Amino acid sequence: MINTWTEATIVAVVAGVVGFFTVLRGSAFVAHAVPNGSFAGAAGASLLGINTIVGLGVFSLCGALGIGVLGRRGRHDVVTALALVFMLGLGALFLSLTVEYEPEIYSLLFGEVLGISNTEVGPTAALAVVCIAVVVVLYRPLMLSSVLPEAGEARGVSTFRMELCFLTVVALATTMTVPVVGTLLIFSLMIGSPAAARSFTDRPSHAIVLSVVIALVAVWSAIALAYTTNLPVGFFVAAVSALSYALGRGWAAWRRSRSTRLAIPASELATGT
Amino acid sequence: MSHFLAPVFGPGFFDSTTVHTALIVGTLVALVAATVGVFTVMRGQSFAGEALGDIGTTGGSGAYLIGVGPLWGFVAISVVAAAAMELIGIQRPRGRDLATGIVLGAALGLAALFFDLLATYHSNTGATVTILFGSIFVIASSTIPLAILLSAIVLVIVAVLYRPLLLSSMSAELAAARGIPVRAVGALYLLALALSVALAAITIGTILSTALLIGPAATALRLTRRPGTAILAAGLIGIGATWLGIVLAYDSYAWPPIHRGWPVSFFVVTIIFVLYLLAGVPELWRTRKRRAGETIVGVPLAAGDR
Repeated sequence: MINTWTEATIVAVVAGVVGFFTVLRGSAFVAHAVPNGSFAGAAGASLLGINTIVGLGVFSLCGALGIGVLGRRGRHDVVTALALVFMLGLGALFLSLTVEYEPEIYSLLFGEVLGISNTEVGPTAALAVVCIAVVVVLYRPLMLSSVLPEAGEARGVSTFRMELCFLTVVALATTMTVPVVGTLLIFSLMIGSPAAARSFTDRPSHAIVLSVVIALVAVWSAIALAYTTNLPVGFFVAAVSALSYALGRGWAAWRRSRSTRLAIPASELATGT
Repeated sequence: MSHFLAPVFGPGFFDSTTVHTALIVGTLVALVAATVGVFTVMRGQSFAGEALGDIGTTGGSGAYLIGVGPLWGFVAISVVAAAAMELIGIQRPRGRDLATGIVLGAALGLAALFFDLLATYHSNTGATVTILFGSIFVIASSTIPLAILLSAIVLVIVAVLYRPLLLSSMSAELAAARGIPVRAVGALYLLALALSVALAAITIGTILSTALLIGPAATALRLTRRPGTAILAAGLIGIGATWLGIVLAYDSYAWPPIHRGWPVSFFVVTIIFVLYLLAGVPELWRTRKRRAGETIVGVPLAAGDR
């Protein structure tokens, strides 16, 4: 149980930080495609009898860089979609060649946070540190090229290179988080919490912290709920993330309606009516 | 004639009812998905298509739970999800990404719940793989009428909306200036997208349905700029890839390492992906030539047109 809490906490921190940049860059599709496609890597690894993490790592990196390079030519969303389905097609082939048991496929797709062993925490923590370190080192150029790519180019920050760096970070985050929350659900954590955080604050640093906090709350409450109700963790992670986004939207709408009501007299004053 | 084709078509290929059903449904689906796909690619809504396909997983598993055909589940959930995306704000370019992502995340959570309940109460082995990766050879022939009806609905929507949809896909401002109700057209188009993705899900699975939707359309749009020609070409590419996939999968029952048959979905997806890459070659070659010319004159290169 201690392992589960540690692992889930690490995952939530990374998902909160990487997710913030994902939402800022409007790269939700890539953040969905890379983890989802890396499923094929896990299936291939079990076919060859090697460690799942290796398969996940190779496929998520190749997928992410492939999307980055091919995306330079064709339309970005089209390339992402096709790279994703190609990887998943390979996954379908690997699955049909192995004699996999249904629960194993299920746990790859939807995660198995309650079955974490001691040996898995170490590699996850190491990958998390690398991930966060890359984001910290590249913080300013990454932020600039995400918000104002043209200004970034003018100041010598190559948009393409930043895109590749960002995709690598997503691939790293994928490799470490997939065994815990599964290929399909890391996405809800990476999009839901930062999207909610951004409706509460406009300042990037505050939003990152808030996004990590929301991700932590989502994961912790999901584990507790899953433990007591015996339902899958992934369901609760997705539900809490979606709920926090709904709250964020509600808060933003309420604040906007208040500020317009306050603003009307001022504008009337300005126009002299 | 049949003697020469014997190595291509495995024994009993033309006599099998399973193959007949697969060919009929596969053709319909490829045609519908490619037609809608051309608009999806032009509007830059591949993510919405992909998400609606994935969300079909929730509907498929839900359908297994209550014991109805998976196609009903796919259709119901993707129409509901399309409505949710529309409400959250998919029509605004900035909110599009998030609207799709949030709905997708929430729906996949539900899918996790449904699969868990399936495993606990129904012990329905194979449901996960069939829903996710599809299996065109297990489609019941009773599905054909429903598939025809849904395809007809989609094609009618596209035919009726053809001009306004085309204009609003190219330039929403221009369409609005001409008095086209852009939002209503977008919503109806989203309905057509949801239906065609649900259809694609029964042939190559929920998470691969994007291949039939985006692949042929993107390939066709790389070869021609004319929308009408592109729809025709996309339909042909989609149908060709599906047929070739079915033939290869049928043959693969005799292939090593296990004599169990490789999945149809794998063949269809791979053929489509290779065709897309090949279609980029002429363009690549043209830009190479143009760039070589430009460097001679000394004109700085453009940042690349997306």
